[in-house]
Amino acid sequence: MGQITLSGISKNFGAVQVLEGIDLDIRKGELVVFVGPSGCGKSTLLRLIAGLDKPTGGTIAIDGRDVTPVPAADRGLAMVFQSYALYPHMSVRQNMAFGLENAHLPRPEIDARIAEASRMLEIAKLLDRRPGQLSGGQRQRVAIGRAIVRNPTAFLLDEPLSNLDAELRVSMRAELAALHQRLGTTMVYVTHDQVEAMTLADRIVVLRAGRIEQVDTPLALFNAPANVFVAGFIGAPNMNFIQGVVRGPVEGGVAVTAFDGRVVPVDAAAGALAPGDAVTLGVRPHHLRRVGPDEGLPVTVHLVEALGAETVVHGRTAEGQRILAVLAGQEPLASGDVIALAFERRQTHAFDKDGLRVAGN
Amino acid sequence: MTGTVGQFLLRRRGGRGWHWTDVFTWVWLVGGLVLMFGPALWLVGSSFKSPAQLAEFPPTLLPYVSRTAVVPGHDKPLPLFVVKMENGETRELAEIRRIGIVAQMVDPAKPGEIVRVNIQNRTPAREIGLATGNYTEPFVHFDFLRYLQNSVFVTVVATLITLVTNSMAAFALSKYQFRGRSTVMLLILATLMVPLSVILVPLYSIISTVGLFNSLWGVILPTVATPTGVFMLRQYMLTIPDELLDAARMDKASEWQIYWRIILPLTAPALAVLAIFSVVWRWNDFLWPLIVLSRKEVYTLQVGLNTYAGELNVQWHYILAMTVVTMIPVVLVFVFLQRFITTGIAGSGLK
Repeated sequence: MGQITLSGISKNFGAVQVLEGIDLDIRKGELVVFVGPSGCGKSTLLRLIAGLDKPTGGTIAIDGRDVTPVPAADRGLAMVFQSYALYPHMSVRQNMAFGLENAHLPRPEIDARIAEASRMLEIAKLLDRRPGQLSGGQRQRVAIGRAIVRNPTAFLLDEPLSNLDAELRVSMRAELAALHQRLGTTMVYVTHDQVEAMTLADRIVVLRAGRIEQVDTPLALFNAPANVFVAGFIGAPNMNFIQGVVRGPVEGGVAVTAFDGRVVPVDAAAGALAPGDAVTLGVRPHHLRRVGPDEGLPVTVHLVEALGAETVVHGRTAEGQRILAVLAGQEPLASGDVIALAFERRQTHAFDKDGLRVAGN
Repeated sequence: MTGTVGQFLLRRRGGRGWHWTDVFTWVWLVGGLVLMFGPALWLVGSSFKSPAQLAEFPPTLLPYVSRTAVVPGHDKPLPLFVVKMENGETRELAEIRRIGIVAQMVDPAKPGEIVRVNIQNRTPAREIGLATGNYTEPFVHFDFLRYLQNSVFVTVVATLITLVTNSMAAFALSKYQFRGRSTVMLLILATLMVPLSVILVPLYSIISTVGLFNSLWGVILPTVATPTGVFMLRQYMLTIPDELLDAARMDKASEWQIYWRIILPLTAPALAVLAIFSVVWRWNDFLWPLIVLSRKEVYTLQVGLNTYAGELNVQWHYILAMTVVTMIPVVLVFVFLQRFITTGIAGSGLK
């Protein structure tokens, strides 16, 4: 139970196309995270799955059954909203019981389910309070509890942690992961926070402007981003992009001219790039390391952010290319210093003129 | 106690000295208080005055009754007067009768001795007292209880129907997207601008055609769909987040359940305001019931009161007293429902 298949989903709001050609297979028991910049359509996609909106085209199937025309109430899904959407005039207990009463469950069964969920979420003491009397974290738990008691086929979570403070967000994230482990129910999770996506997801769906850019496990996305957008979106701080031109083939790849004539060898499939092609190189800030003055790329330091465990250096090369480097440990650097940075060939990503991945490890 | 009240009344900016804004505020507020409460107080005070006293000039602020004394040898109690005697002393005497400008008076302590007094030299001895007959007599002679019953029926039923129909219309207009929604809203707003007197004649012919003439339902039905109510409830419902409705839909609630169990409880403050308005409107309604109701048995209080105002003679003392009585329910409704106006609970479940 809990397999969700989207085929050819598109959604228009009037003349505006919000989603197009979405094909996705969410496996049973999987925690899938939709991630993307705001306005990419991730919340709309979740609402389509929930049945709160109808797709303009395409079909949605749950466990092999086409549910596209089925209203939200009969899809057997439960949703946790960004604003929690707890009924303000009902107590916590009534909030949790509302859906079960509407499903005409017998009273003892309702009470048993509420008891079980409130024990699991440690909200047993709050059952007689109103949402207005709860803190943000407690409301979050109640909202999750309201979803759990329904025993849904799948959970849909729409940015559930975005209203919590940073500390609470980390602990709730861990609890959500534990909850998913325990329940083993399919979860679809929408967020714009890539840390949440990386830590929680079995698979991440990266969306941009209504299209799926890439679907893969968190580490596969990080290590082999399919295009420039995914490469720039996943990983913090953002990847450095350097424009270059292919000079000629080398063993296992090509040599690229970048940084004012410097030649950089990168891995590439044979025949993917011809000499003279424009290419974008990608290097993650963590993969830059400091080397002796003549051994690497000279970079003028503009800003140093000392975080203790690591040092974030904002700098520019001689030709004005911005470079962001995260150096391990504490570096005694100041604005105006010139340092030399180097990176490994196997950690260098390359994208062709259309932004698609052509090389990497 | 008086110290605190005085301190409160004379509280000033900065606590010392009288700034001109203090004076201005004080005069403004006291003036407003007199303007607002003066007529109501005058109404209540005057409702306890006898007809003669109401006609008196200059008018008195408080109701007075003449003092009387029982004098042996006279069947009825005699009115007492304060008399200024020729020798300059003042005595309190009872008047037996008046002949021209001379009154025959008697001292209640010495019933045998009759004193003749020029009426210029005597003033009625009065004390503050209530002419409660203004209140008790209408209950006996006037069909007050029946009118009250009719008024209560009209007010309660019309208010209930108003709340239900207006909230349903407001729910549809605020939470559903459909073609022509703004047109409907505009139409409703447009009818706000048409006063009753303009549609009086067509409304009357409709009511009499459907056979509701001389029926309380004829008073109730044309008034229940108020554009003001629909507009006010719609504006309030717009502030209820759509996510709550989505959550309820995920919770398998039908649209009716969403209306009944989510929207209505959250709209309670606005409903209370509309209920107050509706009660006041329907209770005080005069023109429309006067047109629809022509038999005494179906009169509402306001129409019934009108019977005291005859063509030649207006019985002000009864009208004033009954006006006070008809004011009481409206005041009570306001006292008990006004706390709802200030309580907004709709937002508290979010963020």
